[in-house]
Amino acid sequence: MKQIIKNFNKYKFLLSELVVKEIKLKYRRSYLGILWTLLEPLLTMLVLTMVFENFYGRKDNAFPIYVLTGRLLYAYFSNATKSAMKSIRTNGQMIKKVYVPKYIYPLSSILSQFVTFLISLIVLVGVAIVLKIRPTIYLLEAIVPLLILFVMVLGIGLILATLAVFFRDMEYLWGVILMLIMYCSAIFYDPTRVIKTGYGWILTCNPLYSVIVNFRNTVIYGIPLDRGALVYSSLFSVIALIIGIWMFYKKQDEFILNI
Amino acid sequence: MGKVVIKVDRLGVRFLMSSEKVDNLKEFVIKKIKHQMNYKQFWALRDVSFSVEQGDRVGILGLNGAGKSTLLKVIAGVMKATEGNASTKGRIAPLLELGAGFDLQYTGAENIYLYGAVLGYSKDFIKEKFNEIVEFSELGDFINVPVKNYSSGMKSRLGFSIATIVEPDILILDEVFAVGDAKFRKKSEKKIKSMFKTGVTVLFVSHNIEQVKTICNKAILLEKGTLIAQGEVNDVCDIYEMKIK
Repeated sequence: MKQIIKNFNKYKFLLSELVVKEIKLKYRRSYLGILWTLLEPLLTMLVLTMVFENFYGRKDNAFPIYVLTGRLLYAYFSNATKSAMKSIRTNGQMIKKVYVPKYIYPLSSILSQFVTFLISLIVLVGVAIVLKIRPTIYLLEAIVPLLILFVMVLGIGLILATLAVFFRDMEYLWGVILMLIMYCSAIFYDPTRVIKTGYGWILTCNPLYSVIVNFRNTVIYGIPLDRGALVYSSLFSVIALIIGIWMFYKKQDEFILNI
Repeated sequence: MGKVVIKVDRLGVRFLMSSEKVDNLKEFVIKKIKHQMNYKQFWALRDVSFSVEQGDRVGILGLNGAGKSTLLKVIAGVMKATEGNASTKGRIAPLLELGAGFDLQYTGAENIYLYGAVLGYSKDFIKEKFNEIVEFSELGDFINVPVKNYSSGMKSRLGFSIATIVEPDILILDEVFAVGDAKFRKKSEKKIKSMFKTGVTVLFVSHNIEQVKTICNKAILLEKGTLIAQGEVNDVCDIYEMKIK
């Protein structure tokens, strides 16, 4: 254990370098640069609001922020797991030449995506002010679903990173699964309609949905975290992390033979 | 006698080659169920033992496929041994050929920090050495240009500067270190020779016997995964020359 911590300290700078690099290069060639991190969720929110408000004929004042919160959390989940999955292959050249603790690669991509996500929360603040959403004391609890989400993404990211080294088609498979998760997370629709038709269990089974519910509770509605959702999503995340670490650790010596 | 910095003890590395490359889920499941996963064993290295003392410059010779790269990979910690082991003391800096580890979108300056970080150095240390590295590479203003616009010689010079100036304990030079014009090659040979005084150990893989004789004091010769000669560089080089006749 001490050896792992010592090793981590030696490569702390590398971790920060890799995180900074991904963020820097993400927007280096584009015209608006980092502004896109703010514009993209805003524009998506506007489109989704326009489409689904008219579709459902709802005139809910909080709908835009309802959609935005779901969308932001899902986007982080999707982008971070995808980039963690590709991280070993992307850094293949480096892995073949120099020793670096390999978990640094998926960890750095998840961290850089998290930083981008945090920046995009500025949009959330802006929209909340415009819609006159009043923050309550429970806003502080919003950190909890975010932390749970981070652990969840790390666990799933490690599992995917390991699998993707050995199975190239993992990327396509995960893309389909992500789409499924998107439709089952009540991002742009009201869950009560789904629950009425008896398919509510799909939502409760989806750990991302639990995270979104809790985030919305604390940020939009100003009520405390939902116990059930909290327990389910934290349990899921911790188990995912344990499985991810175990798989990654067991298979990492074979990575170099497959990239 | 000097302190032993690299100790290779009965090292063996075995690869399992399946007759067909299975790299997607469907084929994997089908083949596993049908018990069609056949593997052939290939020993890239077998029962290799030698040790290197601090300050030695060891040439690693052998024909293609002898196991030189595999040996370096195990020493660098990038690959795991199947049997035996290789232990090292101190910081290892492999020279990334043609900057294989560089990020092409990043400038030369940014890559100096990145490469330094990859080798396990801290930000402050790299900052200290930054100017020395830029000067040695003779890249001048090009240091602020993205590496994708560099010529292969420029990439090599940058890589070599970083790997040597960060004062590693063990420097691993791959065959491509020879790229660069005659002037830079002389400069790098001079630099390596000056590093002996600070006790840097060098492993040098090359097919260029002249360069090996110039830089190294000892050498080992590999053939099909086994160590067939080790000792003073001139002796081993003679054996090698006889082999390739």
